[in-house]
Amino acid sequence: VAMPVMSLADPDDDQLVINGDLEITTKAAAPAHMEETGIDTIMSGWHFRSDETQALEMDDFDNPGMIFVDKAIDTWNAVEGSAGKSCASCHDDPSSMKGVRAVYPKWNEEAGEVRTIAAQVNDCRKTRMGAETWKYDGDDMAAMEALITLQSRGMPVNVAIDGPVQAVWEQGKDLYYTRTGQLDLSCASCHEQNYGNMIRADHLSQGQINAFPTYRLKNAKLNTVHARFKGCVRDTRAETYKPGSSEFVALELYVASRGNGLSVEGPSVRN
Amino acid sequence: MKLTSVTLAAALIGSAAFAAEVGPKEVKFNDDSAIEMSLTGVAGDAANGAVIMATRSKGNCVACHQITALSAPFQGNVGPSLDGASDRWSAGELRGLVVNAKMMFEGSVMPAFYRVDGFTRPGDGYTGKAGTEPLPPILTAQEIEDVVAFLTTLKDE
Ligand code: HEC
Ligand code: HEC
Ligand code: HEC
Repeated sequence: VAMPVMSLADPDDDQLVINGDLEITTKAAAPAHMEETGIDTIMSGWHFRSDETQALEMDDFDNPGMIFVDKAIDTWNAVEGSAGKSCASCHDDPSSMKGVRAVYPKWNEEAGEVRTIAAQVNDCRKTRMGAETWKYDGDDMAAMEALITLQSRGMPVNVAIDGPVQAVWEQGKDLYYTRTGQLDLSCASCHEQNYGNMIRADHLSQGQINAFPTYRLKNAKLNTVHARFKGCVRDTRAETYKPGSSEFVALELYVASRGNGLSVEGPSVRN
Repeated sequence: MKLTSVTLAAALIGSAAFAAEVGPKEVKFNDDSAIEMSLTGVAGDAANGAVIMATRSKGNCVACHQITALSAPFQGNVGPSLDGASDRWSAGELRGLVVNAKMMFEGSVMPAFYRVDGFTRPGDGYTGKAGTEPLPPILTAQEIEDVVAFLTTLKDE
């Protein structure tokens, strides 16, 4: 029976408060660079999920993503690699990472490139610890990103889009609007033109990444930004880009900038 | 080659049922973005069309459209309801819409179900791996005819 889905289809007006005291900005005025999109309010994907899924994110005891944060604390303190160091050897307590999530991806002057957090972590592992790099979108990386992200939870996303990153940002924007695959759809087809609508059982959000990494009930693990991008591109019946590729780094920078003003929210819970 | 033998058989027995299909690269739209001629010459099976429209790996039209006559759960609303579609469109127009809706609606997000090349980063189905053009069309010629047959039953009255 075709139940009318319209009533479900709009993002709700609930307020996200985590652990009863941390207010998360889940709706904000769109940044100036989005003027041409017609979107005036940017919204976290949290607003598009069911009450039950939303509730899991309102208390860290219910948030399955927090288990991975605990694991990452152990990793943070574990000595690995030929230099005999741990993350803690150089960065002390994970709280030293406060503010980092909010401004990444970010220009790295020395390397002359835009770096994601994952790329930076692997660089530390390789060049400073003499340890093996982690799979870009693997479980170790997702967990460490969750620990680093948690330190900035509640802070406004504020990635730079001009200066040395501008060309990469433009590349990301091109990718966002490029229709791919046999279904011939772009990110914008779903997340700009149709957010709020239902695509089969899925309530389309704006595809924001302020809440990553995300614990998904569907695969019962933490999911990275690039893994999500890969899934969405695959669903257009296209050849995907690789996690960690220059294309996905550019796309991450651009999509992150569409969330400038929302709170850092991860690790979050989605279906 | 399969196609050749089918064509030969059609010539030999002269039956419309065996007429050669109109391939994805040969379809002709008229000025109204319609395709008047059947792609197969075989009448569409509306019941099968209904199944195709609700099946995820086939048309999956319900991902974007509501159709009261279909019992499929979770019908989307990215596109308009298709109830009464045949009051609004002729069979030829409906065929044109399913083959390539962009001919009627420029820039539409509705995928072309009988198009095989000209894509950006064409994939091998839903594997995320590269595909080689020409890709198999999402729906076969007869499946298109079946879907069109079902759509022509959607009247408001
Ligand atoms: C031997 C020292 C050392 C070790 C060990 C180390 N790092 Fe770093 N890390 C640095 C330095 C130095 C920088 C600044 C790099 C730069 O700007 O090029 C840095 C930068 C970072 C940043 C970016 C911070 C910012 O403000 O932009 C992150 C995230 C990070 N490290 C994570 C880690 C993690 C996770 C580990 C362990 C898996 C680790 N690091 C191990 C020295 C280290
Ligand atoms: C065919 C439709 C479609 C296309 C095209 C698409 N997505 Fe998605 N995307 C979805 C659906 C469905 C979901 C799950 C529901 C939601 O959060 O919107 C989703 C979820 C997401 C999420 C998770 C949001 C959250 O809060 O958890 C991100 C990020 C995202 N998409 C980014 C993208 C990007 C970037 C592109 C282009 C490379 C893209 N999507 C293309 C359908 C699509
Ligand atoms: C990804 C979304 C999507 C899918 C999948 C899709 N459509 Fe559509 N369809 C649309 C949109 C959107 C429109 C409205 C035209 C426009 O504005 O682009 C449309 C328009 C139509 C129309 C004309 C609407 C009317 O009633 O006046 C018909 C008929 C139609 N679609 C049939 C189908 C059939 C049959 C299928 C499956 C074989 C299908 N569509 C799959 C998005 C979709």
